[in-house]
Amino acid sequence: MTSPTSTLLHSAGTSMPDAVRKFHPAHLYRSPVMFVVGVGSVLTTLLAIVHPSVFSWAITVWLWATILFANLAEAIAEGRGKAQADSLRKTRTSTTARRLGADGTTEEEVSAADLRQDDRVVVDAGGVIPGDGDVVEGIATVDESAITGESAPVVREAGGDRCAVTGGTTVLSDRIVVRITSKPGETFIDRMIALVEGAERKKTPNEIALGILLVVLTIIFLLAVATIPPLASFTGRPPTLVTLVALLVCLIPTTIGALLSAIGIAGMDRLVQRNVLAMSGRAVEAAGDISTLLLDKTGTITLGNRQAADIRVLPGVDAEQVHRWAQLSSLADETPEGRSIVTWTAQTLGTTADSPVDATVVPFTAQTRMSGLDLADGTSLRKGAAGSVCRWVEESGGAGVPEAMRAADEISELGGTPLVIATRQGDAPAAAVGVIYLKDVIKPGMVQRFAELRRMGIRTVMITGDNPLTAKAIAEEAGVDDFLAEATPEDKMRLMKKEQLGGRLVAMAGDGTNDAPALAQADVGVAMNTGTSAAKEAGNMVDLDSDPTKLIEIVGIGKQLLITRGALTTFSIANDLAKYFAIIPAMFVGLYPGLHTLNVMHLHSPNSAMLSAVIFNALIIVALIPLSLRGVRYRPLRADQLLARNLLIYGVGGVIAPFVGIKLIDLLVQLLPGM
Amino acid sequence: MGDTTAGLLTILTLVVVLALVHVPLGDYIAHTFTSERDLRAERLIYRLCGVSPRSQQRWTTYAVSLIAFSGVGVVVLFALCVLQPHLPLARGASMDVSTSFNTAISFVTNTNWQSSAGEAGASPVVQTLGLTIQNFVSAAVGLAVVVAVIRGLTRSESGTVGNFWVDLVRGTIRILLPLAVIGAIVLLAGGVIQDVAAPHVIQTLDGGRQTVQSGLVASQEAIKQVGTNGGGYFNANSAHPFENPNPFTNVVQILLMLVIPFSLPRAYGRLVGDRRQGYAVLGFMGVLWAAGIAVITWAEHASATNALGAMEGKEVRFGVWGSTIFAGSTTSTSTGAVNSLHESYSPLGGGGALTNMALGEISPGGVGSGLYGALIVAILAVFIAGLMVGRTPELLGKTIGRKEITYAALYTVVTPALVLVGTGAALALRTARSGLLASGPHGLTEMLYAYTSAANNNGSAFAGLTADQPYLNTTLAVAMAVGRFVPIIFVLALAGSFAAQRKRPHTDGTMPTHTPLFTGLMVGVALLVTGLTFLPALALGPLAEALS
Repeated sequence: MTSPTSTLLHSAGTSMPDAVRKFHPAHLYRSPVMFVVGVGSVLTTLLAIVHPSVFSWAITVWLWATILFANLAEAIAEGRGKAQADSLRKTRTSTTARRLGADGTTEEEVSAADLRQDDRVVVDAGGVIPGDGDVVEGIATVDESAITGESAPVVREAGGDRCAVTGGTTVLSDRIVVRITSKPGETFIDRMIALVEGAERKKTPNEIALGILLVVLTIIFLLAVATIPPLASFTGRPPTLVTLVALLVCLIPTTIGALLSAIGIAGMDRLVQRNVLAMSGRAVEAAGDISTLLLDKTGTITLGNRQAADIRVLPGVDAEQVHRWAQLSSLADETPEGRSIVTWTAQTLGTTADSPVDATVVPFTAQTRMSGLDLADGTSLRKGAAGSVCRWVEESGGAGVPEAMRAADEISELGGTPLVIATRQGDAPAAAVGVIYLKDVIKPGMVQRFAELRRMGIRTVMITGDNPLTAKAIAEEAGVDDFLAEATPEDKMRLMKKEQLGGRLVAMAGDGTNDAPALAQADVGVAMNTGTSAAKEAGNMVDLDSDPTKLIEIVGIGKQLLITRGALTTFSIANDLAKYFAIIPAMFVGLYPGLHTLNVMHLHSPNSAMLSAVIFNALIIVALIPLSLRGVRYRPLRADQLLARNLLIYGVGGVIAPFVGIKLIDLLVQLLPGM
Repeated sequence: MGDTTAGLLTILTLVVVLALVHVPLGDYIAHTFTSERDLRAERLIYRLCGVSPRSQQRWTTYAVSLIAFSGVGVVVLFALCVLQPHLPLARGASMDVSTSFNTAISFVTNTNWQSSAGEAGASPVVQTLGLTIQNFVSAAVGLAVVVAVIRGLTRSESGTVGNFWVDLVRGTIRILLPLAVIGAIVLLAGGVIQDVAAPHVIQTLDGGRQTVQSGLVASQEAIKQVGTNGGGYFNANSAHPFENPNPFTNVVQILLMLVIPFSLPRAYGRLVGDRRQGYAVLGFMGVLWAAGIAVITWAEHASATNALGAMEGKEVRFGVWGSTIFAGSTTSTSTGAVNSLHESYSPLGGGGALTNMALGEISPGGVGSGLYGALIVAILAVFIAGLMVGRTPELLGKTIGRKEITYAALYTVVTPALVLVGTGAALALRTARSGLLASGPHGLTEMLYAYTSAANNNGSAFAGLTADQPYLNTTLAVAMAVGRFVPIIFVLALAGSFAAQRKRPHTDGTMPTHTPLFTGLMVGVALLVTGLTFLPALALGPLAEALS
C-alpha cells in the first residue's frame, strides 16, 4: 500500500466520529442535495421495516452510506486543519504579559487574554510575545517558527516596516516594548486557528452560485421522479416507492453535492500548506480570476540585492588600481552589494586585501549617499551614487566628472545601478576613477514563469522605483508585459484603479504601511508577514514566508480550486446518463418488456440494476475524496486547451465511467439472494 | 424524382437559401435595433402613444411594459372572441368562455395552440383584428426580449436595457411586416388563395353539401410562419390545400419559419461585436435542427410498411420527406403549424417531434425566444464547464455569479415543471383523460405532447386529444402564459444584471465561447438537461410504444 493511501485511510478512520456527528439534520440541511438523500433514506428505512426484503434493506443501507461518505469527505478535509489548530492553540493559552503602567516604568503581570488594544507590554529575551502589536521601543530577534514553521529568527525593531510582531512568537534576544493592536480573541493566531479549522468558513460566491444550480437540478429531478407514478399508473402499475427514491438519489447531483464543501476546505488548506493565510475563501476564488499581477521588482522579480558585474575604468587611470580601490572601499561595507564588489574584484585581482590598519571607515548615510574609507596615508576613497560622488569630486575641483556621468548613464540604460568611485590624496583635488556596474539579477525561473502567466492570459506589471530606462531594461530581460517606473504608492494605486476600471482583477503583494491602501484596493492583496500591522490588516492574505513571488503560486491555487469544483460538477452530471440506462429499463421493464432493449449494460435483473446504480453512486464519492482534497492537477495552459483537456477527462470520462462501474458492481450484486 | 432525392434537395435548398439570406437579414436586424433614426410611421405611433423613443428603461420597467402590453392584448382578444357573435361578419362563428380564454392566451404568447377550429371558431373580424395583430406583435415581443438581453451583454455598468416600445414597434414595422409581405407575395405566386369571397357551397360526389371557406389566406400564411406563430387560417393548417397547395409552397413555408430564428445569431454576433459568437450559436441551432429532422425522417422510413413509406397522416403531395422536414422545423421553431398529422407518425417520429419541443424551442426556436433560449443554454454550459478553466465563469466578459445562475436555472426549470406537473395531473384526472383518443403509451404521448407544446409555446397539436374542454383549455392556457412570461421575466432580469456589470476583458485565460468545442458543449448540455428531465416520461410514452 502506498503511503498517501494509508494516510488517507488513517485520516478516514480518525474522521469517522466527526462524520457520524454530521448526520444531524441541522448539518444535513446545509447541503440541500444531501438533505434530500437524508429524507429519502428515512423513507426507505420506514418502507424496509414495513415490507422487509433484501432489496429494500440493501438500498436503505447504501443510501445511508451515501450520506456517511459525504460527511466523511468533509470531516477528512476539516481534520487536516485540526492538528495545526491544536498546536497553535497551545501557544495561545499559557501566555502571561508584563503590562506597562501609564507612567511607562511600572510593570504588572496580567494574563494575555486580558490585554486590550493600545496596552504596552515589555518582552525580554526568552519571553513569549503576548499579543499582536507593533514594537514601539527597542530591537530584538524573534523566533516566529510557531507561526511560519521557519526556524531562522527575524529582526523586529521600532519604527519602519519591520515593527509588527505576532502574539505567540518568542523573543530570542534583547528587550522590546510592544503596543498591542489586536482586540482580545481577535489576534492573528485566533484568526489562524479559526481559518485552519474552518470554523468560520463562509460559502464563497462561486460556491453559492454552484449550490443554486445544484438545488435547481435537484428540483428538476424531483419533478421528473414525482411525476412517474401518475404517468405510469395511466398505463399500469406504478413503480414502488423504494425504486423511486433510488432513482431520485442517483439522479440528483450527489457526487458534487457531497464533495463541494470538502473541495472548498481543501483549497484553503492548500494555501495553508504553503504558509499563506487567506482571510476569506472569497479571496482564494478571486485569485483564480486575477488578470493583472502587480509585482515589485526588488525581491520579487530580481534578487533583493544587486551584484557587481563590471567596473568601467575611466580614461587615464590604471585599471588594476581602480579594482583595488573598489575592493578597499567595500571591505567595510557589509551590504550584499558591498560584499558582491569584494567577491568580484577578488576574482579580477586574484587576491583579497586585508583590512588596512588605521583606516577610518566612512559609513553610508542617507545625507551623503556614499560610503568609503580614509586610509592612514591620507588617501580618501569614496563610493556611492553618481550624483553624490561627483558632487564630492567637484567640490574639490577634481576631474573625471563628465566621463563618470557618461559611464553611469550607460550603465543605467542597461538596467544596472552605477556606483562611482573617487579618490583624493590629502588636500589635492579628488578624481573620479571608475564606475562599478551593479546588476539586478533576475531570480532563476522567473522568465519562464512570466511566459506561463502570459499563456494563462495574465498580465504582469513590474513596479519599481528605478528610472524608466533601468526599469525598461529589466522588464525586457524578465519578460514582464509592462512596467511602472519611479513608482510612488500613489502611482501604484492609480495603475491598479485603471486596471480595475477596465474590468480586470488585480493582485499585488506588499509589506509597508504605504502599501496598505493599495493592498486594500487590490482584489487579492498579499501582505508579507514581516510587514507592518497596517499592511497585514489591509490585505486579504498573509504570506508567512514573506515571499512575494508566491503571488504566482496563489493564482495557481485559486485556479485549481475552481477547476476541481468544475471538474467534479461536470463529472457528477455526466454520470446521470448511465444511471438512467441502468434504472429506467429496470423500473419499467415489468410494464413494457420491450424496454429491455435499453438495458445496454445487460444488468442481471431490475433489482440488481437499481442496487448497482445506488452503490456506484455512493462509492464514487469515496473514490473522488482524494481528488477533491488534492485538487485536479493544474497546468498553466490557455483556457481553450484546459477546457478541451478537462472536458475530455471529466465530461466524456464522466459519461463512460459509470457504465463500467455499474456493470462491475452488478456482477457482484447479482450474487446476493433475491436479486 | 424519388422521395428521398426530393427530400435531400429540399434540405439543400433550405440550407443554401438560409446561408445566403441570414447574413444580410441578420445585419439588417442588428441595424434595426441600433439605428438612431425613426421612420415617419414610427414617430407617429410614438406621438400617439406618448412614448419618448430616446428614453431608456431599466429591466424592471421594460418587463412591466411588456407584461402590460401583453395583458392588454389578452383582454382585448378575449373580449373579441367572446363577443364575436355580436360583431359584424360573424358568419356563425363563436367560442365559449374557456375556449376564448385559451385562444386569447394562445395568440398573445406566440403559441397559437388552437382549441377552436380555425375557420369555424373565429370570424374574419377576430381573425384580422385579433389573431393577425397578435401574430405580428407577439413575435415582436420575442424579438424585443432577445434584443434587451444582448444589450445587457454589451453594455457596461449601465442601468438600462433599451426601450420596450421602440423595440416592439421597430420589430413589427421594420422586420416582420416587410418579411410577411414578401412571404405573402411568394406564397400567392405559388398558388395559395387570397380572396374575400363568401363561402362556396358545393355538391359532393355522393350527393352531400359542403361549405368551402376561403379568405385572406396567403397573407395570414406568411405571418403565421415568419412570426413562428403557427395558427392556421383553416383547422387543417398547412395540410389544407388552400394554405399549402404544393411542394413549392411547402418549402417556402418551411423557409419562412426558419428565416428569422436562423438569422438572429448573425445579428447577435454583430451586436456583440464578435461574429464568431454568432456562428457558435448558429452551429448549435443548426446541429440540433438537422438532428431532429434526421431522427424523425429515419423513424418514419424505418416504420414504413410499403414502398411509399409511412404515409399515414401525411399528404401525398408532400411525401414522407416533405412532411418530416416540415414537422422537424415546425416543432423546433415553436411555430406549431402542421402539414401532416403528428399523431399518425411512428412512435419514435412523434417522439422526435416531442423532443424537439422539449428541448425548449432552441433549434433554432421561435422569433427571439429561440436565441434567448440558446443563450440560457450557453450560460449553463459556461457555468458548468467554465469552472474547468480555473476562472469564475463568464459569458462575453459578464460574470455568471449567484444572481445570474439563479435566473438561468429558474428559466430552465419553468417549462419542464409545467409539462411534467401538467401531464401528471391531467392523466390522474378522469375529466382530462376522457379527452384522449388512445390508451396506453400512445395516449400518454398525446397528453405529454399537448402540455409540452403549450408550455414551450409551440402550439402544434398531436391531434387525438380533444382539448376543447374547460379543464384542458384552462390548464393549457396557464401553461402557455406561465411558460411564456415567467421565463421572459428571468431573461430580462438577466439582461438587467448583465448590463449593470462591468465588462471584463477577454484574455487567453477566458473560456472561449466561439469555438466548435463550445458549440459541442452547448449541444451536450441541451441534450443532457432535456434528456435527464424527460427520459422517464419519454420511456413511458414514445419509447415504450416503439419498443413494444
